Amino acid sequence: MKILVAVKRVVDHKVNVRVNANETGIETSNVKMAINPFCEIAIEQAVRFKEQGSADEVVLVCIGPKDAEVQLRAGLALGADRAILIRVDEEVQSLDVAKLLHKVVQEQLPDLVLLGKQAIDTDNNQTGQMLAALTDMPQGTFASDIVFTVPNKIKVTREVDGGLVTLALSLPAVVTVDLRLNTPRYASLPNIMKAKRKIITVIYPENIGVSLSPRLTTLKVEPPPTRQAGIKVADVAELVDKLQQAGVL
Amino acid sequence: MAILIVADHDNHTIHPATLSVLTAAAEIATYTNNSELHLLIMGHDCQPVVDMAQGITGLSQILVADHQIYQYPLAENIAPLIASLVQTQSQAHEGDGQGKYSHIITSAGTTGKDYQPRVAALLDVAQISDIISVESADTFKRPIYAGNAIATVQSSDYLQVITVRSSAFVAAPLSDSSLSNGNQVAVVELAAQADSGKSEFVNAELTQSSRPELTTAKVVIAGGRGMQNAENFALLDALADQLNAAVGASRAAVDAGFVANDLQIGQTGKIVAPDLYIAVGISGAIQHIAGITGSKVIVAVNSDADAPIFDVADYGLVADLFDVLPVLTEVLKAKD
Repeated sequence: MKILVAVKRVVDHKVNVRVNANETGIETSNVKMAINPFCEIAIEQAVRFKEQGSADEVVLVCIGPKDAEVQLRAGLALGADRAILIRVDEEVQSLDVAKLLHKVVQEQLPDLVLLGKQAIDTDNNQTGQMLAALTDMPQGTFASDIVFTVPNKIKVTREVDGGLVTLALSLPAVVTVDLRLNTPRYASLPNIMKAKRKIITVIYPENIGVSLSPRLTTLKVEPPPTRQAGIKVADVAELVDKLQQAGVL
Repeated sequence: MAILIVADHDNHTIHPATLSVLTAAAEIATYTNNSELHLLIMGHDCQPVVDMAQGITGLSQILVADHQIYQYPLAENIAPLIASLVQTQSQAHEGDGQGKYSHIITSAGTTGKDYQPRVAALLDVAQISDIISVESADTFKRPIYAGNAIATVQSSDYLQVITVRSSAFVAAPLSDSSLSNGNQVAVVELAAQADSGKSEFVNAELTQSSRPELTTAKVVIAGGRGMQNAENFALLDALADQLNAAVGASRAAVDAGFVANDLQIGQTGKIVAPDLYIAVGISGAIQHIAGITGSKVIVAVNSDADAPIFDVADYGLVADLFDVLPVLTEVLKAKD
């Protein structure tokens, strides 16, 4: 069984982002970049399946600039076998990401495609679902548990608004992972060294017959309205008093 | 032109989030020469939902697909049905520009997030997630980077496929439909499409609670790592009972197993905007703040005076939560 894992390079989740001066986006110069945390969980899951013997090969795919090789190496150091980088310098929107991944799926023929449920920069939560639509595969979104059952089927437990829902999907399938699926490991130094010898294949959208067609234009990016600085109260009595004055009790 | 609103329901009642989506749809309609609003209900044995929908003002049509394959909202079955409505409508009315859907809109709950991007990809258009305001028929505001920036995005597609952050729009009024039966909304029955056969529902473990639902509650009390264990959440329950509040949690509390994951508030959990939000033993990581900044009044109880939660709290109390909670509960009880 082959597992394809999509990986995105994003601003590290610990960075306090700032809107740039001309309000066109986020200040990204000299900002630490990392693998999107949800993608890291997807890689970890694929590697665990390989360790359990239910997968033979784990292939990473990333759409991004040359520097995204850093994140792919980090993913390879976690235990993936090889990687594909689709070189694009500008931002690629979800629908185009799904179209690029669709081509990779057609070429690689994975049994399972794992993605994070959302990227923490755009917060879209769309790509996996769009890829499932384009490839006509079933989808298991927001997965907190994935179990291989009878041949060519998986059971996916999903985190939904009221609790948990379990679905059975026919393979090949697209699964997007939630935070609770696993805790990603840290790469060891020997594995980081080994990852340097693993293969990253670089391709360009035009090589696979996809022309990017962004549908959304960002007119403006602004900081959110700031909240008025609050006050510290001395005790419970004062707190209740203030809340009554504010009319919320 | 019409706007298609996809209802969120459990085959018995309409989820309140749908009423907020209706408000957003009505706002969009003001930019499109007052488009008709059509409500789509997909489910099984869902007549109560259709009856309830009759109590929503502003609808000109209710489309119902009642079939076993829609009993559970499986994206593989739902998405092609929604996509087919857009396609047949646009062909039927080609030339006169009438009746064609310009927008497909639903709430950004886990169900809408699941199928709406699949609909968009089937129709080869973008999907706009979690809008918090309508600027025009094709321009919307939405939060990015865990709510640390607000992006204004304009779409160039012929059709807008949208999910709505329900806490950002007031709920449209819902009247008892039996009182308004002089004004019945036309109901159109839709034929079911073929079952995809690729996915099936196995089972659900839903959290039972008598408390108000987290995303629509007027008061929310949330606990974090500072609660120390699952048993201590009883202290929050006691306070919640006094305030008729919903109980939520930070990611740390969920990961530590204190409460179920569907109570998580934040960037990757639920977004709340109650009148009163009380954060207890929550430090206030950016990912958590992302889920609460729409609250009218934020109260923080934390023993660490430097906790970032105090930067957004209107009223902060630096104290041990185990001292504060019982006293607060008693004081409120005494006031009843």
